[in-house]
Parts: sequence; C-alpha cells; structure tokens
Amino acid sequence: MISVANAVVRYPGARDNALDGASFEARPGCVTAVVGPNGSGKSTVVRTLVGQVELASGSMRVGAVDVASADRRALARTLAVVTQREELTFPLPVRDYVMLGRYPHHGAWSALGPADATLVDAAAARTGAAELIDRRTDELSGGEWQRVRLARALAQGGDVLVLDEPGTFLDVAHEMALFELLDTLAREGRTVLLVSHQLNLVARFAAHIVLLDHGRVVAAGSPADVMRGVVLEPVYHWPLVISRDPAVGAPVLVPLRKR
Amino acid sequence: MSLSRWLLLAVALVAACAAGLALGPVPIAPGDVVRALVGAGEPQAIAIVRDLRLSRVVLAMITGAGLGMSGAALQGTLRNALAEPYLLGVSGGAAVGAVLAVVAGLTAAVALPVAAFAGAACAVVLVLLVARAARGRADPRILLMAGVVVGAFANAAIMVLLAGAGEGTVRSALWWMMGSVAGADWATIRWLTLYALGGGVALVAVARDIDLLALGEDAAAGLGVHVAGATRRIFLLAALLAAVTVAGAGLVGFVGLVVPALARALGVRRAREVLLASAVLGAALVVGADVVARTVRAPAELPLGAVTALIGVPFFLVRLRRVS
Repeated sequence: MISVANAVVRYPGARDNALDGASFEARPGCVTAVVGPNGSGKSTVVRTLVGQVELASGSMRVGAVDVASADRRALARTLAVVTQREELTFPLPVRDYVMLGRYPHHGAWSALGPADATLVDAAAARTGAAELIDRRTDELSGGEWQRVRLARALAQGGDVLVLDEPGTFLDVAHEMALFELLDTLAREGRTVLLVSHQLNLVARFAAHIVLLDHGRVVAAGSPADVMRGVVLEPVYHWPLVISRDPAVGAPVLVPLRKR
Repeated sequence: MSLSRWLLLAVALVAACAAGLALGPVPIAPGDVVRALVGAGEPQAIAIVRDLRLSRVVLAMITGAGLGMSGAALQGTLRNALAEPYLLGVSGGAAVGAVLAVVAGLTAAVALPVAAFAGAACAVVLVLLVARAARGRADPRILLMAGVVVGAFANAAIMVLLAGAGEGTVRSALWWMMGSVAGADWATIRWLTLYALGGGVALVAVARDIDLLALGEDAAAGLGVHVAGATRRIFLLAALLAAVTVAGAGLVGFVGLVVPALARALGVRRAREVLLASAVLGAALVVGADVVARTVRAPAELPLGAVTALIGVPFFLVRLRRVS
C-alpha cells in the first residue's frame, strides 16, 4: 500500500511546486494509475518515493514506512521501481542484471547465493524473460528489455511495484502483454502503481485512477469517474469526447481536431 | 570471470615485473635477478635489482593499480566509458596540490599524498560544477570537456608555481607533467602503498553501489542506494587513488581509460571484479610501459606519461567514435 498525504515538492529554482498538496492511495490487489499531462508531477511522485526528491511538507508512506526517513536499502526490499528510462553504458548478461534486484538483501561483503539465483530464475519466468536470461542487455528489443527490467523489480521480492511509463517504445502486443502481466501481479495481492499518460490503456487495466494537474489531484476514482469530458478537458486544454469502446466497453478518450 | 582468465592476468603481471627487474641499460639474466632479489650473486647486480629497479617496479605497480581502479570506479559511476582521472582533470588537480606542498616545503612522504588528494578532490568538484553549468553531466563529451579545461588550468597553475621555485625547476616540472617512476624511495613507497590499499579496499567495499549507479541515479535509488552519499564517497575514493599515483609518479595519462576497458573485454562485468581486474592489469601495464620508457632509447629515458599516452590516445579515439 502506498499513501501520499498532502505532498508538497518544490525543485530548487522552480517557480511552482511540482507537487502541490497531492493526496492519494494505492491499495494492494489492484492497479492504481497516476495520470496527467506533461509536467503535472507524475514522475515527481516516483522520484520522491525512491528518495531522489525531498518533500517540503506532507508525507509518503509505503506500508507503514515513511519514505522520507526510511532506510533506503530496507525500503528497496518492499518497494521496487521501474524508472522511465534506463540505458546501460556497460551491457550486462541478463542474468547478472536481474540479479541486481537481490542486492538490497545483501551487505557489502555477503555473497549472493543459490537462493538468490532461484529467485532470479523465478522472476524471469514470471515476466516471460526466462528465455532471455543468457542473452546480453544490449541485444534485447524494447519489449524484451521491459520484461527483463520488470523481472529485476520482481527479484527485489517486495509487494509494492511502481512503474513510470512502462509502455513507452512498446508496440501494441508487447504493451498489452505488459499491462496484462501487471494486472495479474496486482490480483495476486501486490500494490501496483502505474505512472502513465496512456489514458485509454490505463482505463482498461486500472481499478483506480488519480488525475494530477499542476501537482494537485484534480480527480480520483474509478475509470468511469475520471474518464469524463468535464474532468479531462480543463486539464488537457484540448477539446475531446469520451466514447465507449464497442468491443470491451471501456471508456475511450477521443481528442478532437480543432478545425 | 573464469579462473583461467584471472591466472592469465596474474601471469601478465609477473611477466611484466620480471621484465622490469631484468631489462634496462644493464640487462640482467632472469636467474641472476632471482639471486639478486634474495641477496646472493654479484654485488653490482644486487645493487641494480634491489636498489634501483625493485623500487621502480613496485612504484609502477602502485601507480597502475591505483589508476586502473580509479578509472573503473569513475566510468561505472558516471556511466561514461571515457571517464578516467587524467582526462577528467583529477590527476591535474592532484598535481597542483602536490606541487603546492613541495613549494611550501611540505615534502614528507606521509604528507604529499594528502596534499595531492586535497587537489584531486577540488578538481572533482570543479569538473562536476563546470559540467553541470553546461547541463551536461550525463553527456560523456561535455564531462570530458570540463575535465580538459580543469586539466589545462592545473597545468598552467603548476607552471606558475614552479616558475619561481629555483634550481631544477624545468626538470621537476617535466617530472610532474609527464610522469616517471624513476627515483622512487622506499619511505615514499610505504606510505603510497598504505594509502592505495586503503582506497582500494574501500572502493571494493562500495562496488555494489557502483553496479547500481551504473543503471542511472533514479534506478539506483530504487534499489536502495543513497545516491548523493554513495556518489560522493566513490568520487572521493577515486580521487584518493589518483592522488596517490600522482604523488608517487606525477601525471600518467590514459591508464584509467584503457585498463577497465581491457578488463571488460576479458569478460569481467560486475564492478567488484572490474575493480580487481583493473588493479592487476593496470599494474602490469604501467610496469610494462616503464620498461619501454627506459629501454627503447637507452641510455636516455622516455617520460612514462609519454609512453602511456602513445598507447592511450589511439585507444581513446576508437572509444570516442563508439560513444558518439
């Protein structure tokens, strides 16, 4: 479970708060999506969770742990994050890369053992990365790389997953497979927080959507609550209609041409 | 990495050391080298091997190991295959610190590396500030440009400092700027070994942080690294190792660039192994480079830094192409 309460973040030199009193929760058992336009504070949520950005006021908790004062390594055993971008300057064998997820469970001198290797294999199998395990990270396609990164996050062993724009650079099939997997992982009891700007996709997979604008939560609720023209149009400053997908029944945002 | 490759590295180091003890203006047969090392044989051979060459070989080993590890740590942490202490101006900063100490009369073997370390730490901070001002810490080329600028400033500062330093000025300026392991004395070597061992062990202890920082700062933070603190620690340790080499041997460039890349080419991937392999390979490379420096134009000696640059510059150009 992730609880964000009145979170305020201001980057040095910035005119406005990146997060401006945002409050929301991500519960275990379902996918929660944080959506919003560029610069709405979505990624700041992720960076604050991992301790890269400090809260000016308010709090963020993972379970009962306040991230501001948390021991980072202990937190990494509960909370795993797949950041927006990650490019390895020095490619690694996929197995070694997924093994990095076990580092938070070890001190500087304790060796990684067979138990870690078993967990790594299990995590790779879970995300469909088992057949990639003997390849190298620089030989993977975009979809394969995302599966491998998700395996690394699962290898961390926690029950809270945060993903920042995981669908970027993925084609339809890989994107759908990834979101299906996230849905399954959530149903098993994990907390899955998804940061994304792909509203239509999110509306099909997330049980709970949090809409951010200028660092504030302007709407939160089920897809039906948030995916409404009166809610989205003032946030995106673009004329749009919400229709209903004839095949799956999910709400679909359709941006209109201006002329 | 497989045991056989580690053995290969060890053999390379032993071979380089054997050459370092045997070759020179007066070549000494390998058997006589061994006899001289244990104190038997001709007095002349004993004097050459034990008093002249052994200290030289040991100083070259410390220099190579320090530069190799420093480069490996900087490359991983900065996610930059071109990072190394010389090109980043860190060695230059160390040289300024050391020269300042010498000019101020602080020449004790224990103090010189400390002064060099202070200079190196200042240079690290300066390079990162310049790169940040250009908004390019993530861009390998901008970081290098910042390093070159700081390095050029350091060279100028050394010139100015040594201009009024009196007799032997040109010679000592050249020594600092071109690097040399000649004239190593055991008191200095003892202190350098101590500092280098401390820095090396501390770097190996934070090797897992280097592995994770290589994924990017946010990803490392998500895996439990205290990014700001860990980065600072690694930079300072890399600066310490570079400073030790500068205090002992002046500016020896490109070793920190070439050695970690060779280690990776051997199939080493994890930071701890890259650091250790870089230490062994660096030691072998600099001992070998010193053999070249004193044999190719004997009895004249080439500056050690010139030899490593002759190896390193073509290597750098190939790397630069790949990075761009």
